[in-house]
Amino acid sequence: MARAAVQRRLTWLPATVVDNRAETSRVHRLIFDVPGWQGHVPGQHLDIRLTAEDGYTAQRSYSIASPPEEPHLHLLVEQLPEGEVSPYLTEQTSPGDVLELRGPIGRFFVWSAADDPEARPVQLIAGGSGVAPFVAMLDQHRRTGSATPVRLLYSTRTLDDVLAPATLEPYATLTLTRQTPAGWQGETGRIDAALLARHTFPPDVRPRIFVCGATVFAETVATALVDAGHDSAMIRIERYGITGGL
Amino acid sequence: MTETTDGTDPTAARRLDGNAAGGALADLFAVDLTAAQCRCAGCGSTAMLGAYHLYADSPALVVRCPSCTQVVLRYASLQGRILLDMRGTELVTISTG
Repeated sequence: MARAAVQRRLTWLPATVVDNRAETSRVHRLIFDVPGWQGHVPGQHLDIRLTAEDGYTAQRSYSIASPPEEPHLHLLVEQLPEGEVSPYLTEQTSPGDVLELRGPIGRFFVWSAADDPEARPVQLIAGGSGVAPFVAMLDQHRRTGSATPVRLLYSTRTLDDVLAPATLEPYATLTLTRQTPAGWQGETGRIDAALLARHTFPPDVRPRIFVCGATVFAETVATALVDAGHDSAMIRIERYGITGGL
Repeated sequence: MTETTDGTDPTAARRLDGNAAGGALADLFAVDLTAAQCRCAGCGSTAMLGAYHLYADSPALVVRCPSCTQVVLRYASLQGRILLDMRGTELVTISTG
């Protein structure tokens, strides 16, 4: 990454809502126009800040679900019933609304298919809405015609909960954990050693591995990968949860 | 670290990654610290900050070593002040190239 991209201060930018639509029953896709956005690498996240009339602010982090080649920023926001920010974002924002955001943030959980001379296989493993950063990675992989072999193993409750199906379909193996449609021939149940062995790159090709999901999911999968013989240094984890209150 | 009688770690579900502290730390630092190599003053192990464990639900952001669980960084922003405690971090190495 260029030196200029490393050394810069983050500032809050006004972001105009272009669209807010239901992606599934629990997740909305919010699309923003952000003048002055410096670009990003798939896997990076951003912070959104909401300010009430009395000056009270609430702030949350979201993975960016679109590649830098896409002119708008896409977020996949899961509505948490007890949440302070996600119900507002999903239910109360409309095109033309202006929010504040800052980013891109994070240089740890990133992979750019557009700048990948190494071309070693990449294995992505997602639980639920943890697939969001992988949507950005795979959309970029498709748009750039990257030669890097990449696979996604995606654990989700039901078929109706699959996010960005058109983007993920060429890469993904699904496992459904709650409910399967009639005639479902695919995998079911939580990701375990047998499922990893069937659907992920084996340790001997030394894949770069990214795991994203709720904390318990991410740690269970990472442990199973190490037990299967993967080098822990090749595994990057992003646990998600509430990062607000600060 | 406290454990429940069934052996599970009650703090596990709250655990996030140092990666998620990147935005807050950007209030202080001109570089993104999530890919910085950090050496734990407790056990001497080194990892990228993004791989450290973050507990974000306390009054401060608390970052702990993934190897020995020692607190390496605490960060709080309140009432117009930012507080930073990095006693547990022995060395931070940032690649600028």
